[in-house]
Formats: sequence, structure tokens, C-alpha cells
Amino acid sequence: MSVPKTLYEKVWDRHLVVRETEATPGVLYIDLHLVHEVTSPQAFSEIESRGLKVRRPDRTFATLDHSTPTLPAVNGQRSYVTDEARDQVSRLEQNCARHGIELAGWDSDARGVVHVMGPEQGLTQPGMTVVCGDSHTATHGAFGALAFGIGTSEVGHVLATQCLLQRKSKTLRVTVDGELQPGVSGKDVALAVIAALGFGGGTGFVIEYAGSAVTGLDMEGRMTLCNMSIEAGARAGMIAPDAKTIDWLRGRAKVPQGAAYDAAAAEWLALASDPGATYDQEIVLDGDAIRPMATWGTTPDAGAPIGSKVPEPQSDSDRKAIAYMGFEAGQTTTTQAVDVVFIGSCTNGRLPDLRAAADVLRGRKVKPGVRMLVVPGSEAVRRDAEAEGLHTVFTEAGAEWRLPGCSMCIAMNGDTVGPGQLAVSTSNRNFEGRQGKGARTILASPATAAASAIAGVLTDPRVYLNEASPLKQSSAARETIGANNA
Amino acid sequence: MPEPIKVLTSRTLVLTQANIDTDQIIPARFLTTTETKGLGAKAFYDWRYETDGTARPEAVLNRIDPTEHRILVAGDNFGCGSSREHAPWALYDYGFRAVISTGIADIFTSNALKNGLLPIVVDQATWDDLVAHPEQPVTVDLEANEVRRGNHPPVAFAVEAFARQCLLDGVDTLGWLSNHTPAIEAFERSHEPQTVTETA
Ligand code: SF4
Repeated sequence: MSVPKTLYEKVWDRHLVVRETEATPGVLYIDLHLVHEVTSPQAFSEIESRGLKVRRPDRTFATLDHSTPTLPAVNGQRSYVTDEARDQVSRLEQNCARHGIELAGWDSDARGVVHVMGPEQGLTQPGMTVVCGDSHTATHGAFGALAFGIGTSEVGHVLATQCLLQRKSKTLRVTVDGELQPGVSGKDVALAVIAALGFGGGTGFVIEYAGSAVTGLDMEGRMTLCNMSIEAGARAGMIAPDAKTIDWLRGRAKVPQGAAYDAAAAEWLALASDPGATYDQEIVLDGDAIRPMATWGTTPDAGAPIGSKVPEPQSDSDRKAIAYMGFEAGQTTTTQAVDVVFIGSCTNGRLPDLRAAADVLRGRKVKPGVRMLVVPGSEAVRRDAEAEGLHTVFTEAGAEWRLPGCSMCIAMNGDTVGPGQLAVSTSNRNFEGRQGKGARTILASPATAAASAIAGVLTDPRVYLNEASPLKQSSAARETIGANNA
Repeated sequence: MPEPIKVLTSRTLVLTQANIDTDQIIPARFLTTTETKGLGAKAFYDWRYETDGTARPEAVLNRIDPTEHRILVAGDNFGCGSSREHAPWALYDYGFRAVISTGIADIFTSNALKNGLLPIVVDQATWDDLVAHPEQPVTVDLEANEVRRGNHPPVAFAVEAFARQCLLDGVDTLGWLSNHTPAIEAFERSHEPQTVTETA
């Protein structure tokens, strides 16, 4: 009998070119290298200065997302925030052209935020090793890939050798059992998991998410969950491929087609952790108990059900965070006027995210004085959303409908939250100044963000979902909302 | 290649805040650069400068002489957040050569080690002692894997063996990895089922 293996161990073992020893790390083969404009120029310069080529341009794919404006070009001119941003984008265009790398550029209908477009194009496949110079690469783990973020030096390593020097991580299984309540999404699960683990609680680990509340998520919800693994410090997050995974990927541009797909799918299904496989650490959460979540501090683990009180600070850092946010311990965060609502990013910029927000907003208005920005995660999401008329729901409600990109998630393209302004954002980081200098960020789900835009304060989306279709909600759920908002 | 580190004695700068993320170390709006140099001026920018760009005189990073403060002592979970290598580039360019904390994020650790910035994780008691004695000379000895302060007993720290060797000997990591090309080629020949398929 062979030793039972986890999903992570199976993918790891299959990609070892050279085993690790005490003195040297393993050499790990990388199947897919995703590249964007911000973390790659220095890596291309480095390999070129050594006279090296990109080893596998066919395993390397690039997109433009971080520095790109989200307003349409006017007379062929794009509104880059600075000339440097424009230069950075053209550097990637030149580097890709020179090295024969496929780029989802301005003219491509595949362009999008790197972690949205990769899976969408079928570039991401179960069992692969996937890297990108971006910490949210863990997103691709939703497909049972081992996917993690790397620095620019390592981008150079992968460009030149298609390999990385790596030590094996420890494994952590996060099981979320039960069934999620209506109005509770993958984002709420992610915020609940991070709150349970703590901001650095996953450092050194690869997380495997399991349990009925996890398998019950659609692929987009699973991506949201894996996406935020890094916010607990984990290197990667993974979910075993199942029938949903296979159905979601079938027919996508870069996956095998026809009988070859079925053969691949059979192998993918065998990647699931073996019964009896052991983990270095385990935690279990009750999915039924998760409520719509929002953060009160300046780290993603500072999350709690909407309507709960800001906790008493446990440290100077907590005190600083609460002061920065302008909240007070013992008070709820649901009374302060919200200035900006952002829906988008690689966490929550996919079609079901936009649908969830539109379901709340339909027939309602964004509160005057609130600026709401909706930024689809990719051109494909934009097309699909427009085909369903979601963009009209947003614009009729008073929100702005933009072109795909990272936008206010990282605020380096000119889309920013002003100093002191309070934002409810579907992105992944509420760090000081992340959305603009002095900006204050509450992380939440798309439905919560939309509800907050209507009310002008942080709001549990079930209030509006109940109003719209009271039959969909159990009376227990209504009571809980009442209790939370009391 | 950064200069090898062996033994470094310097005064410390103490920033006790926990969870100093890479957005604090270098805000995203400075990431449009295509260079690795010159980022020290942007290190901790939003801590050091007002919105209109005037320097905050009270900001400690504007007051110290970076050439005399090569060691940063920082709160737990240092370097969390974004994988930007601009963070260690900025810290190195500012003048730091080592960071000591009770916890340092994974990707930051990996990035720092490649750029001549030594990430050192110590126990709480050692950290408390360092924090209680800011500005004091501390010795970071990579050959002995020790941190030393005054007459205190040396405190051991761990660094991944290969990264340590690279720092001590100035090994070129990419060159070392490239030496495995025959093994990489052999792996690729046996690995075809995972090949990314062409657009159908
Ligand atoms: S959307 Fe945000 S987190 Fe995602 S890749 Fe862009 S900047 Fe990074």
C-alpha cells in the first residue's frame, strides 16, 4: 500500500525535477507562468542582460491589468495616470513581442485581471503548477492547481528555466461543513476563515479547503475563497477538482477538446486527497453559522458579521487600526457614512459577483453622495454582463460601469478612494492606504457592497434580498439580521 | 548581485507595529517603475510624507541616518501582503541590510534573501529586549547564525540553508538553477501530458 497523499503532495511530487535536500531546495517545474506589466519588466531586463531567452514562451501568458485605465480611450488616447504607467504597459508589449509570448493586450477579447482571465481561458487546469508575480495567484488553486505568487527575481527564474527553487510547505486543511445561508457568499466564507486563522496564521502552509460548504460553492465562489488564502499568510489554497470543475472548464479555449478532455478530466478527478491523508494542521468551521462579513480594521483578518461590535483592542496595532478606520471599540460599523463602493478585482470581479450585486441593486438607487464603481474582472465578464443587461442595472442605479482592470483594488491606475473616505470594497486588502493615501476600506461581498451603496452605510444585504423576495428567506435568517442590526 | 553578508553590526531602528504590509513599505502607486534602483526614496513613503509631499518631521524614518541604522526591528508578520519585490528593493536602497521580527511573511522572506536583506525571526523575549533597547548596536552574524547584543547570550536564528549559502558566498541563484538544464530537459520529455494545449 502506498502512503495516502494530499492533493498538494500529489501535485508537488509530479513537478519535482530535482528533489530537495537539507542543503538545497527542490527544483519545481512550472506548467503555467502568468505575467503582468508591474512585476515583470525587471525580470525581462535581468534575463536579457545575461543573454538568456524565455525557455517556454508556450507556457507563458501575459495580460495588462494593474496600471491600465478603466475609462475608454478618447480619440485613441488612453488616460494613463502617468507617463511611467504608459511606459510600463508598452514595456510588457515589447517584451512579449520580443520573446514570442502571447499577450492579452488592449485589442484582445481575452484581456482581464490575471487571475480572472487565466481560468476563463482554460489556461489554468487541475494538477498544474501555476505561478505569477502576484500574491493572489492562489486563486487558481480553486481548480486543484498548485498556484502561488512569486517575486520578480523568481519571475526571471521561471522565464529563463521554467523552474523555481522551492521547499515543500506544510499542509493545513480548512473544512467548512454545513450549508451557507442565503445572502452568504464565498467572500463571507473567506473572511470568516481568515478571521479564524489570523492574518499570519497560515504562514508556511498550503491550505486545502474542504467540506460541504466549500464544495457547495460554484467555481467563482471557490476562486474567491482560494484568492484570499494569502491574507492568512498561506502560500496557496487548493480545492480538489470535482464534477463542477470539469463542467466549468469544458470547451474553454486552452483546454484539450473532445475525447482528450475526458481523458484529462479522469486524471484530474484522481487528484483529490486520498482517504487517510494527513495534514500538519486542521481547522473546522461551521458553514451554517457564517453570516455576511465585513472588516473593521486594517488587516483582512479583522472581520466579523455585519452589525457586530468593534472588539476591544488587544494590542497597539489594533488600537492604531481602529483609530485609522475612525471606528470605536464597542460600537458597530454600520452607522458611518460610506463614500465609495467598489465592486471588482480578482476576488469578486466575476459574473456571479456582478449578478449578486445587481440582484440587490435592481430597481433601487445608489444613495446620493456615494460613488459606486463597478469594474468587471475581464473582457469576457464585461461581455457576458452586458449581454444580461447587468451594466444597465448598475448605471440606472447611479453606479459607474468601467473597463476591466485591477482599478481600485490597488489604486495604481488613478482609480482611488480619497483621503479619509470610507469605502466598502469587494477587493481583498484593507491595508492603510491600499485604495489611495488615507483611504479607509471595509472588505465585504458584492451583495453587501451593493446594499451599502443603497443605504449609504455598511448594510447586511439580506435586508434587501428579503424585501425583494421574502419567500426565499427563512424566518430564522430574518431574525438573525434583526439581531445583528439591533 | 548584492554584496554578500557575513557579519553586520549596526544600530537598530525599531518599528513595533505588527503586520507592516508591503503596501506600507512601498505604496502601489510607485510600482509603475521598470527599475530596481532608487526606491529607497519611496520606502514607507506615506509614513514619511504628507499628501502634498512635504516631509513629516516627526517621522522617524526622516530623522535617522540610514547608513547608521542597517537593522530594522519590526512587529510580527512583517512584509505581509503583496508579493512585490519592490519592498526589499526599497528597504535595501534606503539602507537596511537585516530585518528582525517575531514573524516574517513567506514571499517577503524569499524576496529579501535574493536581495541582500536578511530576514531574521526571533522569539518574543529576544524581540522584547531589542525593542526595549532601540538605537543600540546589534550584531547579526550569518556565519554563526546568531544575533548578539551587548553582553547578552547570543540568540540563534534559522535561515534556509541554500539561501544562506548564496548570501555568504554570493552564489548566483539563477546561474545555479540554470545548471540543472539537463534535468529540466529530461523532465519536460517525460511530462508531456501536462503540456498547455494550443488553442483549438
Ligand atoms: S485585482 Fe487586486 S489583488 Fe487582484 S491582481 Fe489586481 S491588484 Fe492584485
